[in-house]
Amino acid sequence: MKVYIEKEKKQLDLAAKTGADLLEKLKINPATVLLVKNKEIILPDEALQDSDEIQILSVISGG
Amino acid sequence: MAKCNKCEQKAVYSNQGLVLCKEHFLDYFETKIEKTIKKYNLFSPSDQVCIAASGGKDSLAALYTTMQFCKEHSISFFALAIDEGIGGYRDHTLDDLRNFCQAYEIPLHIVSFKEQYGATLDQIRDKALATLNKKPCTVCGIFRRTSLNRTARALGATKLVTGHNLDDEAQSLLMNQLLGNMSHNASLGPITGLSANDKFVPRVKPLYFILEKETRLFAFLKKFKVEFNECPNINLSFRMQVRDQLNEMENKLPGAKHGMVNAFLEILPLLKKHYQEKKTEFSYCLECGDACSGKVCNACRLEEELELKD
Repeated sequence: MKVYIEKEKKQLDLAAKTGADLLEKLKINPATVLLVKNKEIILPDEALQDSDEIQILSVISGG
Repeated sequence: MAKCNKCEQKAVYSNQGLVLCKEHFLDYFETKIEKTIKKYNLFSPSDQVCIAASGGKDSLAALYTTMQFCKEHSISFFALAIDEGIGGYRDHTLDDLRNFCQAYEIPLHIVSFKEQYGATLDQIRDKALATLNKKPCTVCGIFRRTSLNRTARALGATKLVTGHNLDDEAQSLLMNQLLGNMSHNASLGPITGLSANDKFVPRVKPLYFILEKETRLFAFLKKFKVEFNECPNINLSFRMQVRDQLNEMENKLPGAKHGMVNAFLEILPLLKKHYQEKKTEFSYCLECGDACSGKVCNACRLEEELELKD
């Protein structure tokens, strides 16, 4: 599936069973991001498929 | 797929057993802020409310929810932004803020470090680090707080709203604790400051019990234009290290930030009393007349040290 990491402005192609699985693979702390699947917010336990487009939005910003 | 605790719709939010859909999350978020405003009497009907805004998600959430409350209670309000002069960062967020204020018809005032201190943060950051050993965040913090207070006061504000959230408060608590600055903690809380003075516009924090993650979700669901935008000077800040440690802790122990801030609120009245008794009378800056604890306020001292004074 296509995964876009907002903080790093990086696009990846990865496979993962769930949102939590994806964050674990990327070593991203779930407390610091929101997950968006096909433009809708999802919780980390939601199942993912290869055809999904995922965005990982950073919760942290500012100074 | 997780479902909302209240209506069985698809959930967008889950925290410590509370699982909510979009509609119920938005209601939860706005209600929590309204409860904070009412519990701590952040506003009165006669207030002229100034909302400090930068265009980031926290300030937009504070601006939107404060605007709603003020409109419902016929309280007058306006937005105030400080342009520190941080290239590639503040210019973007100020554009977002201008668009937001235009869309919601919120009066917006913008003042800059350049016009108030004669230089942008970009122009003084290297000198401050090299000659004064002061990090950009320290310089920015002093000038920004001073600009907000002076401008809000000049515009007739009686309250100054900031977008500080639960994460900010937990970070400040831990930073002060680690640095041994307990007196600084006495000035924290939903209403900032130790004692009132005519020269200080009281600062209030409607987002006090809101997690940073919740403001990002609120901004996303409300379709506010918010992109990831981090200050280029953040890597030099102590706050960033504390922020990352707290997020690690929150992941391992969900609710840790709430626990920390709620425990702090239990002892805050004692802390305030202790430091109010020890506090000496305010003096007034010989340069600008602002209230301060010495002969010259921090901003005027910094201006002199950086040779920004005429």
